[in-house]
Amino acid sequence: MTTGTEKRKEKKVEYWKWPESRSTTPGIDWTKASIITCGIDVGSVSSQAVIMTDGKLFAYSSRRTGYNSPESARNALNWALEGTGMKPEDIHYTVGTGYGRVNVPFAQRAITEIACHARGANYLYGPSVRTILDVGGQDCKVIRCDERGKVETFLMNDKCAAGTGRGMEIIADLLSVPVQDIGRLSFEVDEEPPPVSSTCTIFAKAEATGLLESGWPLNRVLAAYCRAMAHRIGELILRAGVAKDFAMTGGMAKNEGVVKRLAKELNIDILPPSFDTQIAGAVGAALFAKVLAEKEQKK
Amino acid sequence: MLANYGYKDGSGEYFITIDTEKCNGCGACIEPCPEHCFQIGSDENDPLRDEPVAAVVPGQRQKLKYLCMPCKPAGRAVNKLPCEEACTPGAISHSWYHVLQR
Amino acid sequence: MITAGIDMGSATIKAVILKDGKVLAQNIIDTGREKEKLAKEALDGALKKAKLSLSDVEHIGVTGVGYKIIPFADKQVTVVGADAKGALYLFPSVRTVIDIGAEEGRAIKCTPDGRIVDFAINEKCAAGAGSFTESMSRAIELSVQEFAKVSLESTQSIPLNAQCAVFAESEVVGLIHAKTSKADIARAVHDGISARISAMARTVGLGKDVLLIGGMARNVGLVASLNKDLELEVMIPKEPEFIGAIGAALSAAE
Ligand code: SF4
Ligand code: SF4
Repeated sequence: MTTGTEKRKEKKVEYWKWPESRSTTPGIDWTKASIITCGIDVGSVSSQAVIMTDGKLFAYSSRRTGYNSPESARNALNWALEGTGMKPEDIHYTVGTGYGRVNVPFAQRAITEIACHARGANYLYGPSVRTILDVGGQDCKVIRCDERGKVETFLMNDKCAAGTGRGMEIIADLLSVPVQDIGRLSFEVDEEPPPVSSTCTIFAKAEATGLLESGWPLNRVLAAYCRAMAHRIGELILRAGVAKDFAMTGGMAKNEGVVKRLAKELNIDILPPSFDTQIAGAVGAALFAKVLAEKEQKK
Repeated sequence: MLANYGYKDGSGEYFITIDTEKCNGCGACIEPCPEHCFQIGSDENDPLRDEPVAAVVPGQRQKLKYLCMPCKPAGRAVNKLPCEEACTPGAISHSWYHVLQR
Repeated sequence: MITAGIDMGSATIKAVILKDGKVLAQNIIDTGREKEKLAKEALDGALKKAKLSLSDVEHIGVTGVGYKIIPFADKQVTVVGADAKGALYLFPSVRTVIDIGAEEGRAIKCTPDGRIVDFAINEKCAAGAGSFTESMSRAIELSVQEFAKVSLESTQSIPLNAQCAVFAESEVVGLIHAKTSKADIARAVHDGISARISAMARTVGLGKDVLLIGGMARNVGLVASLNKDLELEVMIPKEPEFIGAIGAALSAAE
């Protein structure tokens, strides 16, 4: 699998957003596939479309979510299909997932992110995965699953911004640091500072401002913030319990400033993300789409 | 599956856990809950399960701390919560209790 | 006997000087990093107003979130205890006390002799405290005072779904885009805090007289929402910030 990530041109600098990407797996002739399924994950920040041919990843895209969920879903799909010659009509079954899952007009079924992430991670990382942490723009999910990707325990926190991508965006905005640079910068410190003590994002932001005013260099503040974020996510994981292999999906998986600190805190190895980690939900959805389509065919 | 509904915020952890292995979908928990926290339906986290299962109502999940407060007074002793008591298979449990801490 | 009370709040530090139970002077300053120094500063300010010096004070009671670290105080009082004591001293008929500060909200039920029957607290989450109005007022570009007042002019109640101050901000931005009036937005924010506070108040139990204290008692918008939710009129002391400090000073006298 090669991932030809294209970065889209930015008009205005938005410090807190990840770049968009799309990719096609080379060497697959989709016209020979007996079943083509699609998974659409409409998240709060970005939306992904995954196309699978006979249960194999064929193409995907990841884009910003606009104000309108149906349109975001459609845009993600069109971009995934771009240049493949495949048309939306060629798809046999589509499953929507994510926070806007009920707003995917062309999906036959909506399935929660919980089920889809477990299934998707099982596919992307292999059957040894037992714990999946997904930190998205507005929520944090911890999922424990068996070797088939079936959920055994889960918990989801979508009430509180602390420990979510939103919490990271707030600090990125406050300090005018692009979100993808936070991880690297946070390690450019003489020594690891104590974590920001407030959990609540509102109070943590005030605390970070205070630290800057008291003369802390920017990188040190970032380190303290990332560490607090890792601790906070770690606490949630411990409630569900942690077991090997441990995989991380969602936007936060790309933030090494949090990932490395979390691995240290939990004393566990986190599988390196070999794919665009944001697509796990959509991959799971496309896999469920295959099962459901086959179920229907049998009827 | 242990389905944990609720949240953790700056003030603490508030989760209601439903053990879907134990839940038989009887719906006995719906009536006794004064805040209408439970619903019965298909398992939204297991699309391949056919039997109905209990879940915490989506709109209530983010407010559990406040919703369950009247069932968990600090000064009075409470043996069992109405929802826990109503569930004969013992599928419901809470992660927090209001304890008198001064 | 002269006693002093210090209330180490999350946003401000309050100090009062009592002489035989009567308030001689009070002083309020913003909090900061060096708590101990600031506590002293707040106390010195109050002493100056009372034209007294530290050696005139027999006992010093301290309360508040950071109360453990003030070495010159000789009595530490919990916030709940100080609130109840101060409230009952000034308003003997009160049985339920609601305290809303910058970072915490509390509801306390007490007996006529000041025994605490039950209490509920929200702390460390901005959604149930004063900081919420502060960040929301910034989002719609009003001062906190204007924000409180404009809420009274609201013509319709819109529910704010987000239970987090951060997510609520995005929701408010959406409301601004939808051309919702500032008054209705302010009301929605106050209704949201009020819903959480009144859930706590109802849990501990509402007595006939309910006293609202803490800095947020000055927010007329929030008070209106609370009165509506609780279906009564809360009593508000003239200087609602100082009740905890008064309670601490009273405890120090015992
Ligand atoms: S703790 Fe802060 S970030 Fe979390 S829900 Fe409360 S207001 Fe939001
Ligand atoms: S504790 Fe009470 S309010 Fe909470 S879920 Fe159980 S019955 Fe409902």
